[in-house]
Amino acid sequence: MAKELNFDFMKLRNVAMIFSAVLLIISIASLATKGLSLGLDFTGGTLLEVSYQQPADIQAIRSQLESSGFEDSTVQNFGSETEVLIRMSEAFRDTLGAEVLEVLRNGTVSNGEAANAVELRRSEFVGSQVGEELRDQGGLALLMALFVVMLYVAFRFQFKFSVGAVFALFHDVVIILGLFSLFQWDFDLTVFAALLAVIGYSLNDTIVVADRIRENFRIIRKGDALEVINVSLNQTLGRTIMTSLTTALVLVALMFLGGELIHNFALGLFIGVIVGTYSSIYVAANILILMNISREDLIPAELEEELDDRP
Amino acid sequence: MLNKYPLWKNLLIIIVLAFAIIYSIPNLYPPDAAIQVTPSQAGAELSEHTLDKIRGSFKQNDVEFFGEEVSGGTVLYRLTDSEQQLPAKDKLQRLLGDDFVVALNRAPTTPQWLLDMGAGPMTLGLDLSGGVHFLMEVDMEGYMKGQMKNYQAEVKRQLREEKIKYRRVTIEENSLRVSFKSEELQDKGDKFLRRSMTDFRANTETNETFDVIIALTEQKVKDLQNYAVKQNLTTIRNRVNELGVAEPLVQRQGANRIVVQLPGVQDTATAKKVLGKAANLSFRLEAEPDASRYSNEEYSFRSNEFRTARVEKKEIISGDRVTNAQPSFDENGQPQVNISLDSTGSNIMAKVTRKSIKRRMAVLFIEQKPSTKYVMEDGKEVAVTKYTETRGIISLATIQSQLGSSFRITGLEPAEASELALLLRAGALAAPMYFVEERTVGPSLGKDNIEQGVTSVLVGLALVLFFMLVFYRVFGFYANIALFFNLVILIALMSLIGATLTLPGIAGIVLTVGMAVDANVLIFSRIREEMNAGRSPQHAIHEGYNRAFVTIFDANITTLIVAVILFAVGTGPVKGFAVTLSLGIITSMFTAIVLTRALVNATYGGRRVDTLSIGGINKRDGSESELVEGEAK
Repeated sequence: MAKELNFDFMKLRNVAMIFSAVLLIISIASLATKGLSLGLDFTGGTLLEVSYQQPADIQAIRSQLESSGFEDSTVQNFGSETEVLIRMSEAFRDTLGAEVLEVLRNGTVSNGEAANAVELRRSEFVGSQVGEELRDQGGLALLMALFVVMLYVAFRFQFKFSVGAVFALFHDVVIILGLFSLFQWDFDLTVFAALLAVIGYSLNDTIVVADRIRENFRIIRKGDALEVINVSLNQTLGRTIMTSLTTALVLVALMFLGGELIHNFALGLFIGVIVGTYSSIYVAANILILMNISREDLIPAELEEELDDRP
Repeated sequence: MLNKYPLWKNLLIIIVLAFAIIYSIPNLYPPDAAIQVTPSQAGAELSEHTLDKIRGSFKQNDVEFFGEEVSGGTVLYRLTDSEQQLPAKDKLQRLLGDDFVVALNRAPTTPQWLLDMGAGPMTLGLDLSGGVHFLMEVDMEGYMKGQMKNYQAEVKRQLREEKIKYRRVTIEENSLRVSFKSEELQDKGDKFLRRSMTDFRANTETNETFDVIIALTEQKVKDLQNYAVKQNLTTIRNRVNELGVAEPLVQRQGANRIVVQLPGVQDTATAKKVLGKAANLSFRLEAEPDASRYSNEEYSFRSNEFRTARVEKKEIISGDRVTNAQPSFDENGQPQVNISLDSTGSNIMAKVTRKSIKRRMAVLFIEQKPSTKYVMEDGKEVAVTKYTETRGIISLATIQSQLGSSFRITGLEPAEASELALLLRAGALAAPMYFVEERTVGPSLGKDNIEQGVTSVLVGLALVLFFMLVFYRVFGFYANIALFFNLVILIALMSLIGATLTLPGIAGIVLTVGMAVDANVLIFSRIREEMNAGRSPQHAIHEGYNRAFVTIFDANITTLIVAVILFAVGTGPVKGFAVTLSLGIITSMFTAIVLTRALVNATYGGRRVDTLSIGGINKRDGSESELVEGEAK
């Protein structure tokens, strides 16, 4: 970043537009066909996490459970080979955790001695009604966040900026959801929190760029909107990369060291940071051009203000 | 351009930082593993004999402890070796039996001088400390049905008393349909009901019969439901206290839900039994001396085992009919307990007591008490808890006159009055409840979560510190100091407002670390630009901070808006994330703008500076010259 950058971002804007469109279409198609793999928080149900001393044999656990009458259970590794997550369709009982543990313990006993000791890490039960409510509330919160943010940007900047910003946010949210759907990653409450945090983060980025564009429209007399936006993007590029880098770094730390419970949270945010950085350059700015942003859109009385600004 | 902060501003910064350091320090003291003993009977005391027994048990099992703290009827022992906590608890529980609740605890080790200043460590959420979480829902439909039945009885009684003949009273959701034979009666009934049933709005309807429909006002429905949840909250709180759990959380969530969190508890079955247990009351007449033995039973008093009384087997009313019980004082300043009954209850009470003046009435307290037995199973000793019903008399008083919807019990000691009122209220839940969510986090998982959380914060922080230093040199160093203090202030604030630290909360802190440097990055890039545009260092610093401020402000406000929405909508863990995120945004504004400026001013301000150690400054003129021209300098 030591040298002045002069990268023609807007030259690639048509390519970017197609790229975004493809991503959006894939995401929406995946969401429509596959849907999200919703976590327990949203679906309701029963979940147990058990921990073995040695690597667990998923296949064996599955058959142990099935032969003991716990049918329709999904068994999967959770983070490491020794941790196992069991989701059950069983209605919740107080003793369910103990019952399952008993079954698993019997399964690992050979010659009267426990071959692979197993321990209950957590058990969760969420009523289906609670999950349903959470889905409704979550969707509402998402829309509300987008709406309030649009109002704020329209108030602080200008309507065209707010359309650009909100479209960029929409773009980010849909793509994250799309990726979670495409790879069938578990979408639980923490990922939802990450989604809202991404809205905050991506907006942060978009506003920094928008701020520069507004400022440059006042300063640079020559050049059309395309040029001004290009200059602004170049000027903010160093900052954009630096911030995205530091944020992405801590997220990587969180993803790999923070434990399985917040892995998907970190993953969602990580995708969000990357997509958010991209969208503030190519989506938000692109929309400004598509909407014919011009100097006149931004504070007509710029001359006087310039004079006042003088130190 | 001098870039000097006035003295007061520097002092203010120092004061803020000093406060932050003091209030975040308590989090550095790791809590002691402790064992807490509470008598299972509310109000019972720990005798010196019991304490001796406990100490003896510790000694016998080679459990080293320090600091025996007796307060509010419970005693706490801090253990030297945390490994001994679990076995020591089991042994102690066995020794003391069911009269005492022995619980694991983590005793804070905050020094006294910090406690005196109101400082204390953050509380850990369940996902970090381990424990059980319940979400219970009040069955509003069932509750309202019960209420409407009461109203139905009340309307019938009043119409009978007024001698207004009605055909029937039926319940239709939150309204009552009163049918009359003639228009005349309908008119009379309508007038009367409008006057007497003030919680309702009346309407008439004439089809085959002459009906008056009275519907509960929306306000009253809301009040009733509010009362039910509040009453349940109190009852649940009392029951939780009986569990002897350290720092339980009982909170209302939304309109009709109650959250219960019990840190350190692993046995959900016991916890659920205590929460769902039905303590109840039974109002009965004292048996007449010459009555047959078969018609009555003998019970001892709850407060004194050796005092007994014979009461009739037949119950007048049960505790469900009690709507309120409050201790107060009569006209002579003597303590008393005022009891209110619902309409059905008061009808029955009036009928029975009219014929029983000068006889005595007893109140029986019925509760489910746990008793633990130890049995051998597969060569291992396992504790088996059984619940048995125990009944004890809590009041025996002479009926002075016919009793109605509210009456009082007099002739009590002040302490007795408040205890009795509590017992009368603590009886039944106002409305039935059921469990809609239940989570258990094992202690090992909680421990892992803390370790992983702390590691990721530290690693993330180290990476960011390194990058800032490389890219922005001295300025990067200042940003790092700001980042460090940002964490300190954030932790201090969270400790101060009593926020609960959860795993998503830690994630919020990590995210704040990543995002907090953004403000500094913005400022520093701006300073670089200004330098490259040919401004003097002092001028560049001034302009950099000034111009970046608006951007930082706008960007942070929008994130804050999102965080607030997250807080409003989210529950539990999401709320924790929202709290840390929004606090982090606010504190980062202070540290990244004000604190770094103070540091920059202190080193560069007020003197001639030729260059800034900020990295990335062009020695030659950049292509930005065009921009400078455009600015019409």
